[in-house]
Parts: sequence; C-alpha cells; structure tokens
Amino acid sequence: MYRTSDGEELFVVDAHTHFWNAAPANQRNIHGKQFIDCFYAYHSALSPEQEVWPQEKFEKYDAETMVRDLFVDGPVDMAIIQPTYLKEFYIEGFNTTEQNAVITEAHPDRFILNGSFDPREGTAALENIHALKEAYGIRGVKLYTAEWRGASRGWRLNDTEAYRCFELCEKLGITNMHVHKGPTITPLAKDAFDCHDVDYAATDFPNLNFIVEHVGLPRLDDFCWIAVQEANVWGGLAVVMPFMHARPRYFAEVIAELLFWVGEDKLTFASDYAIWTPKWLVEKFWSFELPDDIKQERGVDLTPEVKKKILGLNAAALYDIDVDAAKAKLWNGAGS
Amino acid sequence: MSTQAAEREAEVLACLATVTDPELDEPVTELGFVEGVTVGAGGAVTLDFRLPTFWCAANFAYMMAEDMRDAVAALPWVTAVTPRLQAHMCADEVNRGVAEGLDFGAAFGEAGDDDTLADLRTTFRRKAFQRRQEALLRALLAEDFIPAALVAMTLGALEGTALAGTDSARCKRRYLEMRARLCGPAAPEAPAFVTPGGEPLDAAGFDEHLRTLASVRIAMEFNGALCRGLLAVRDRAGAAAEPARKP
Repeated sequence: MYRTSDGEELFVVDAHTHFWNAAPANQRNIHGKQFIDCFYAYHSALSPEQEVWPQEKFEKYDAETMVRDLFVDGPVDMAIIQPTYLKEFYIEGFNTTEQNAVITEAHPDRFILNGSFDPREGTAALENIHALKEAYGIRGVKLYTAEWRGASRGWRLNDTEAYRCFELCEKLGITNMHVHKGPTITPLAKDAFDCHDVDYAATDFPNLNFIVEHVGLPRLDDFCWIAVQEANVWGGLAVVMPFMHARPRYFAEVIAELLFWVGEDKLTFASDYAIWTPKWLVEKFWSFELPDDIKQERGVDLTPEVKKKILGLNAAALYDIDVDAAKAKLWNGAGS
Repeated sequence: MSTQAAEREAEVLACLATVTDPELDEPVTELGFVEGVTVGAGGAVTLDFRLPTFWCAANFAYMMAEDMRDAVAALPWVTAVTPRLQAHMCADEVNRGVAEGLDFGAAFGEAGDDDTLADLRTTFRRKAFQRRQEALLRALLAEDFIPAALVAMTLGALEGTALAGTDSARCKRRYLEMRARLCGPAAPEAPAFVTPGGEPLDAAGFDEHLRTLASVRIAMEFNGALCRGLLAVRDRAGAAAEPARKP
C-alpha cells in the first residue's frame, strides 16, 4: 500500500520483478559477467545516488531482501515475477521459474509467478507449457523474441511454432503474454528491435493480452502505432519509470505519448526489480506532474485517477485480482 | 607529436565528427564513442572506438565502423583506415569484416542477408530527417513564423532566412544537410518542408504533422539518454579499474 501525503491509501502492483542469481559462481562464461554488468550499468545510470546498490549485492540478493524492498520498506501490495532463463550464460539459469517459485511459494498472497516458453523448442515447448501450468498454475509468460539460440538470431511472435504455443496457452487459460520489446540481450539481426510481430499475434489471438514490456523502446513510435489499433496490446513501464529521476522532461513526453496512443487503462507500473526498487519510483510517480505545454499539445493529463490505474488497478484487471479482497487481506496483515 | 601528425589527427577527428550514430543522429565524437586516433607516418590511420555496452546492437556498430572508415579514407593523404571496435561482444566480426570490406551479412556468415544494413540505413536516415525537421520547425515557430508561412516557404527562402538564435541556425544547417541527403538536390523554388517521401505539407495537417515528428524524436531521444547514461557509468567504472598510466 502506498499512503499519499493526503492520507489516501493506494493499491500497488509491481508488474515486472525478478529474483536472480548472477553471482560469479553461477556465471557460466564471460557473457554471464557482461550481462549482469550491463544491468548494473542501467541501475547505476538511472537510480538516484542514494538508491544505488553495491555491485556484489546486485549480483545476488536473498529472498528476505526482495520481500523487504517490495512489501515492507516498499509500497507494493502484489508483484508479478517474470523469469529470464539465460542458461547459456548462467549455470543454474539467471532467474528461472523454478528459482522464482522458491520465493513465491513462501509468499503466495504477494506474488504472481509467470513462466516462459521458446517456440523454437517445438514439441518440447508445448510440453513445457503444460508442465508449468501443472506445477505452478501460471497465468502469464515472459517472452524474449530477441534471444539467440544456436544459429537462431531470434524469433517472431507470428512464427507458426509460436502460434501453436499461443493456441495452447489460450486453451490452458494462460492469457497474459509479456513480450520483451526493449533494450535487448544480444540483438544482432535488424528484427531484434522490431515490434511489428505484436500486431499480427494480437490480431490473431484476441483472447490473449500482449503486454509489451519496455513499451518497445527504442521503437516507441512503432509500438504506439500498433497499440492504438489493437485492443489487447498493453504497455509495461519497466525501464521507463526511472527516467523520472534522470530525465524528467523526457519521461513526461513519453508518458504523454503513451496516454495519447495506448490510453490510461492499458499501462502497467513496474520497477524491473532489482534493476530499480519500487519505493522511490512510486513516491516520485505520485508527485510527478506533466508540464503544461506537454499536456496541451497531446491533450492528456496524468491525474491522480490515472496514476492509480497505472500503479495497480490496470495490472489487477489483467490478472483478475479482486482489489477489495486483496486489500482486506494484505492491509490487515493477514496475508502471507 | 610533430606538427604534421597533430594536423593530421585533427583532420581525422573533423572527418569523424561527420559520422553519426544512426539511431541517435548525433556525431560519434560528441557521444564520446571515439577513444583514440593513431596516425602512422605512411598515412595509415587506426581508430579505436567503443559503444556504451558490450551488448550494443552489432548492426549499428557495423554501420558506424563502415562510415568512419569511409569518412577518413576520403582524406587525400590517407593510405589505410582500420577502425577497431573495443570491448564489444562482436568486436572480432565487426573489425575483421570492416577491414576486409565485407558487407554485414557476410561478416557474420549470414549469406543472402546483404540488404539488412541498406534497409536499416534508409529507415534511420528518414528518422533523422524527421527529427531535424521538427527541431527546425519548433525553432521557427518560436521565432514567430506561422504554420501557413512555413508550409509555403521555399527552400531558397529558408536558406536566405536569417535566424535570431544560434540554436536555430544549427537546426537549419542540420535540416538542410539531411534534406539533401534524403531527398536529393532540389531547386530553390521547391518547398522547404516536405514529408520523408518528398511530399509538400499542407496547413490543415500541420499540427498533426508536428506531433508525428515529435513521436519519432521522443523515441530517439529516450534511447540517446539511456546510451549516454550507460556510457557515463562505463567511463566511471573504467576510470576506477584502470589507474592512470604514463602516455
């Protein structure tokens, strides 16, 4: 819960968090080191100075730290935890569904655990979706279209194999497809940044939601153009949020673009924990106001009502969270 | 360093200042990508450069390496140019490919993918054109030009217009340069402001046109801000890890 300076209490969902292990002992090769170094650079570049962690802590943090940063010191009520396997870089994987399950099973009222699939695995991808549903009851997946795999330089959401996965997801009630379209892991081919495949998949699977994480950055303009046409395309604000601190005017322009094109009902707040921590992000976002010239040019405003939706109500709608019931449970200290 | 070597190094840097990061549309020199220039007695030039992270897109790295090579090779005294990308996941492929004059696809063993960079170059030239046009239009609006006048303005009139702000003058120079590159040479009576496809603007659609340009610019600037932040962190880390050495 976030309590505003006026005493109002808000329900907060952090829609994009991780519980990773990138410690040197788990790094398989130089890529493992370079990958976490790159994350740490994002963290250092865009966090306020007092929020910057030591590198060692950033490489591996324990469950207690995460729970405290999100729910005790931080204002988050519920968090969605997204996996990133990266088994080619990390011996045990970077942040797998299995690793994440350790923390989510200890705090079932706080976390929503998501899975992942890679359609290039063919039949094994389908078996894996079944297994994740059975083991964890997942309702969403995180997808990395730019990930390299052997000779493959990535895949597209409208590949035939991907469609088979979507068909299965729909059948099993896994409805939220969080698609990573933003700063990529190993982008090489020109398609790595491209987000036009979202358009095809979203049209062909109207019963699935496609949450474009990092709003397509650096192809924000392409993403907006797609999102305005597809009712089931959403924007995830991980990576966007911390620009409030580093470049507030740009942040205002980006949010105005998103409000104009995507709309206030389809944007979700996220810290991308542990790249950033939610406490300062939520505080700063609540007090953030769009400059008048930007409001006028785009004809949008970031009102308190809009902020409440972005901070929690929109993600709650995506995951069918009964907000009143969740508040009653979590705010009375009854939840775990 | 001899006077000649110093002069030649300055000439090389001036050439590099014309090379832009395709995505950010800013000179590689101003972005801090150029780490060092070495000029050999025989006219051989080595260029060390690096990008904000180990993972920065290899295709953009390749374009910049090619553009640096070609810009510096145009100097009359230059006999060879070797761009050397440092600390990057694909440094070997990029450096070997550019040195051997391979196209991007061949350098990465992706036969038949030769047009990848050509298409990407066109896309980003259009974006750069749009971004520069927006900057100039906003500068002119701030200097009290009205949309109807801007839509009707000819290229000759724009070239002859004295602008009050130094930033406006820079915007004008940058826009005219990119207009010529994207649309080719145009007569003085051609419209100053056109769409990326070369079509004239109309007054009724002016506001909408400006908003479209803003969308393109916001995406590009946002990424630029991220890149600069990452580069600053990398510089700080590098400074901490490598104690200063004697030259």
